[in-house]
Amino acid sequence: MTMPMYVSPEQLMKDRADFARKGIARGRSVIVASYATGIAFVAENPSRTLHKVSELYDRIGFAGAGKYNEFENLRVAGIRYADLRGYSYDRRDVTARGLANAYTQTLGTIFTQESKPYEVEIAVAQVGAVQDDDQIYRLTYDGSVTEERGFVAMGGTSEPIVTALREQWAPDLPLAQVLRLACSLLEGPEGEGHRDLSAGELEVAVLDRRRPRRTFRRLGGPLLDALLDAESSTHDVPTQDESRSGLHDTLTQPGTNGNGSAEPADGIPGRGQTPGHDSSNPQTQRED
Amino acid sequence: MSTEHARGLPPEFLAPRSSSFTEFLSLRAPELLPGGGLRGGGEGTVEAPHGTTIVALTFAGGVLLAGDRRATMGSFIANRDMEKVFAADDYSAVGIAGTAGTAIEMVKVFQVELEHYEKIEGTLLSLEGKANRLAAMIRGNLANAMRGLSVVPLFAGFDLGQGIGRIYSYDVSGGCYEEQRHHSVGSGSLFARGALKKLWHEDMAEEVALAVAIEALYDAADDDSATGGPDLGRSIWPTCAVVTGTGVRLVEDSQLEELARAVVSARRGNPGGAR
Repeated sequence: MTMPMYVSPEQLMKDRADFARKGIARGRSVIVASYATGIAFVAENPSRTLHKVSELYDRIGFAGAGKYNEFENLRVAGIRYADLRGYSYDRRDVTARGLANAYTQTLGTIFTQESKPYEVEIAVAQVGAVQDDDQIYRLTYDGSVTEERGFVAMGGTSEPIVTALREQWAPDLPLAQVLRLACSLLEGPEGEGHRDLSAGELEVAVLDRRRPRRTFRRLGGPLLDALLDAESSTHDVPTQDESRSGLHDTLTQPGTNGNGSAEPADGIPGRGQTPGHDSSNPQTQRED
Repeated sequence: MSTEHARGLPPEFLAPRSSSFTEFLSLRAPELLPGGGLRGGGEGTVEAPHGTTIVALTFAGGVLLAGDRRATMGSFIANRDMEKVFAADDYSAVGIAGTAGTAIEMVKVFQVELEHYEKIEGTLLSLEGKANRLAAMIRGNLANAMRGLSVVPLFAGFDLGQGIGRIYSYDVSGGCYEEQRHHSVGSGSLFARGALKKLWHEDMAEEVALAVAIEALYDAADDDSATGGPDLGRSIWPTCAVVTGTGVRLVEDSQLEELARAVVSARRGNPGGAR
């Protein structure tokens, strides 16, 4: 019988953390940033169907970096948690803080007790009625959680991105500027390692604080092209969906607000209004 | 997962499983399923408020669903302004007849079921898929139906693949039937069906279809004591959901009032109404 070799807890945790960090650094970065009328999620992701960014609940979004099957597992668990909680209590009882707490416990337990820690970093963001109420939580492989003000960058080489965001991000930027900033940071600095990213290689979604109930929208098509184009006058997403069949994707032509009429120049109608509350009881669900 | 988490997500949250919320709920918290906590009582029937008449009809751009507002308990009016027509998701609506409490719970879990699938899969269920999920829920309620707590919904939605509105009806055992053009369920449905049969025609505009639905509900209320007619004194109008390619919309009270008042005044001195 061989004697098990003694490894100090310190060394054990350090090895696990190094292992997880290495796994996460292999992926591409994700940026979550608050802007004037919502919270934007920008990920470098050439896939149209395997998402790094997702809706968790009415005003809560999810972003994951690292190993896909592991953050996908956490994403599904989060949706189950949110839907069960919203169903058994009320829709307004589902909060990003509750989700972050559940995730931190789960990740912490997996880190210390499973044979292999999760190689993931995730962000849970909840859009508030006003920007000061926005909440962005960043959770790492070992279950540590931090509430970030304004923005989060995870995965890949995120340190230079965070440094640049600290210098260039401002709370009242319109969506288009935040997206262009995020896109340029994901492309990397000029020189070695720089990549030109087009709209097709980005996965972009927003939580739009002006919308009632479900605020999560994916951005794509001509709208995303226009938002990323510095020459274009499109600054924000329309508050109403285009009249078209399909999911909650905002693919509207620039310059229209879904009814075919022109978008106001600043693109920020109804700013600061408290969104209408939708109860989870069908009997009290109408917004009159 | 080898160990129980202290306060984190329990193992069943992280387990790979289907995208169904109902299935998850039945494992995690079966007492929260519609009628899941109903024990005791044993034999015999339970007295509870009943919802009555729901009508559905197709029109040129989609399908609409309308219901009266009365809930009854025997010969007693339990509620005058109950909502019985709900948006199920962005492209479908459901109307309920039968035991109100169980039915509303069922609508609630059905709404979460569809949204849950949409979030997990990143795509909408097909209309047929949604109709079948609802059938499974009604089948699960069969034991309660035997005790008198039956739920009979009417489901209508826009088929994004085919670009048409479709209607599905159910029986208490969970049988799901696609209906053509128009249908009605509930105690006043016999009379509403007659009206729909006479007034429905091909390629109606949305406004015309709305007026037909209100005529049909008026006829149901005229001959069925459990169905509530337009209540002019209290300003209570039927609930109406319109589903088209742009999504589902609950019709504004102001528009319903106008239509209901028009039907009532057209029937003054002419109780037979439109023909």
